[in-house]
Amino acid sequence: MSLMKTLLAGASLSLLPLAAMADPALIFDLGGKFDKSFNEAAFNGAERWKAETGGSYKELEMQSEAQREQALRRLAETGANPIVMTGFAFGEVLNKIAPDYPDTKFAIVDMVVEQPNVQSIVFTEEQGSYLAGVMAAKASKSGTVGFIGGMDIPLIHKFECGYAQGFKATNPEGKVIINYTGTTPAAWNDPVKGGELVKAQISQGADVIYAAAGGTGIGVLQAAADANILSIGVDSNQNHLHPGKVLTSMVKGVDNSIYEAFKAGTDLQPGIKVMDLASGGVSVALDDNNKPLVTEDMTAAVDTASKGITGGEIKVHDYMTDNTCPVQ
Amino acid sequence: MDRMPKWADVILTPLLSLLLAFAISALVIVAIGESPVEALKVMVEGALGSSYGWGFTLYYATNFIFTGLAVTVAYHAGLFNIGGEGQAAMGGLGVALVLLAVPWPHWALALPAAMVGAAVFGALWALIPAWLQAKRGSHIVITTIMFNFIAAALLNYMLVNVLRPVGSMDPASASFAASTHLPKISDMALAFGITWGKNTPANVSFFVAVIACLLVWLLIWRSRLGFEIRALGKSERGAVYAGISPVKITVIAMLISGGLAGLMAINNVMGEAERLVLNAVEGAGFIGIAVALMGRNHPVGVLLAALLFGFLYQGGGELALWTSVPRELIVVIQALVILFTGALDNMVRIPLERIFAALRRKGKA
Repeated sequence: MSLMKTLLAGASLSLLPLAAMADPALIFDLGGKFDKSFNEAAFNGAERWKAETGGSYKELEMQSEAQREQALRRLAETGANPIVMTGFAFGEVLNKIAPDYPDTKFAIVDMVVEQPNVQSIVFTEEQGSYLAGVMAAKASKSGTVGFIGGMDIPLIHKFECGYAQGFKATNPEGKVIINYTGTTPAAWNDPVKGGELVKAQISQGADVIYAAAGGTGIGVLQAAADANILSIGVDSNQNHLHPGKVLTSMVKGVDNSIYEAFKAGTDLQPGIKVMDLASGGVSVALDDNNKPLVTEDMTAAVDTASKGITGGEIKVHDYMTDNTCPVQ
Repeated sequence: MDRMPKWADVILTPLLSLLLAFAISALVIVAIGESPVEALKVMVEGALGSSYGWGFTLYYATNFIFTGLAVTVAYHAGLFNIGGEGQAAMGGLGVALVLLAVPWPHWALALPAAMVGAAVFGALWALIPAWLQAKRGSHIVITTIMFNFIAAALLNYMLVNVLRPVGSMDPASASFAASTHLPKISDMALAFGITWGKNTPANVSFFVAVIACLLVWLLIWRSRLGFEIRALGKSERGAVYAGISPVKITVIAMLISGGLAGLMAINNVMGEAERLVLNAVEGAGFIGIAVALMGRNHPVGVLLAALLFGFLYQGGGELALWTSVPRELIVVIQALVILFTGALDNMVRIPLERIFAALRRKGKA
């Protein structure tokens, strides 16, 4: 009995600080925190918030599909607020549990969840990918470029379609080779298969390859650098991974959106937040690492295309609106 | 003759093994620069310190009871069923198909139907290895483990191509209708005016699992079929001499075993996720082996061992959440428990037997 009492007393004592805490929390989806891409961008945003405010946050990495609900509930239960999660796969689970925690604010990246306490952060990846396509068309000597997607889902087709549109607008005669790594979330973390797909695409003549595949992209960029062709990174600025071999990176401002969500704290605004080219939500990365690769002609073409998109003269089709792509 | 009193055999030996496992785990935790006392505190508080923790511990324990019983039944027939993982995954498929195909008006109708679906799919998944073992002598350990991979691939295919609702990007089935949602233990407690384990997944399946323990006990020790199963497990030649067909008993024991593993799906698929997702089993099939070993293949032992592993699982999750002890280390701790209670059982048992023998001699002298 006295043992029980000691245990219970210990429990209530150390649970107190947890209950009082209202730290924000970040959940990384499958693919891992350090994927140098999507999840890592989120991590960087959270770290920036931490460095600037001196606050602390909870983080959790998903190991399996079946844990999502428990992880989310566990964080909500401990009073973390707001809770930010990366990846569309949380959509269904969040939709189910958000009403159970009406006082907690949630934010989800890459998916729209319509609940009164959820902020849905979506990006216009088709616009950024369009610019990547323009650059690929200018850089390609063979007129054939490649696209390697992670999991075969409409979201990644959105990248593919924007890329193809930008490429075809610049080089109508050119060809885009398209491959996907897989049909399950394991496809986000399969760099070996990514490398194999690069080799297959090179044998079909591709000399610039765009990877929108999370952790798999590391293998794509590596294999492309090894074969001495150009690659295009995604989500984070990946130009530094192989300086002079990565043409550019289609950067999604995941870090900014996480940073802003953390900064807003419990005042996080629910609703849909669209991060587009005009607001700097998506962009193509230009830095010292890819400077030698980017010609003036290329910069001019990208500038024209950006102005066209933000001005509304160029309409980039969003694959997810009707699940079709106007160009092949 | 008994070399040890029964209490020493059933309680003292696993307890000592457990303490040894925890002692080595503590050393590992010290080695990575964390405090083992702190770690144990987090685990105990997270799993047992609140009704919330208990809710999860019981939820995991329910999974392990089913898979542990599955291993137990096969073990008594002298068969080592490593395929609980695949059988439970197929059970999930059975549950999903049953619940999505028929608009069930009430969970009380849906639950028996889902149980049939789960058990039939799990049993059928065990049937082929059983038949291969019985007729062809293909080793059941190899075939059942192979069938785990086939089940995973089949589930992948079904979720990506067949069960995924139109317009969804996540490879998961549609959510089951609200009328099929199982009552949570927290809801039942609330009906009695007790606030217990709010928002935890522990549900009515736990009671099904406890009933299953009782039924397995009746089957193994109080039925003719159970006698035949045990006879086959002790000696195949003896069983044949007694007029028992090894082929028949092998197949039946494996069907029951697979059915029990499949039944786990009413807890994780129907009770918790309320839809079928990838990797829904999360290793419970393999933990069932450890649970059966530690529970000495007795339903009561399985129940207790399942609670212990439920605690390790939930406490481990908490440890990963609140400390910098990496999740992989939880697997190390679980593995140590399995190693000491299962594989190294004799390391504790034989010295203990010696001690008891010495004590007895002293007592006589």
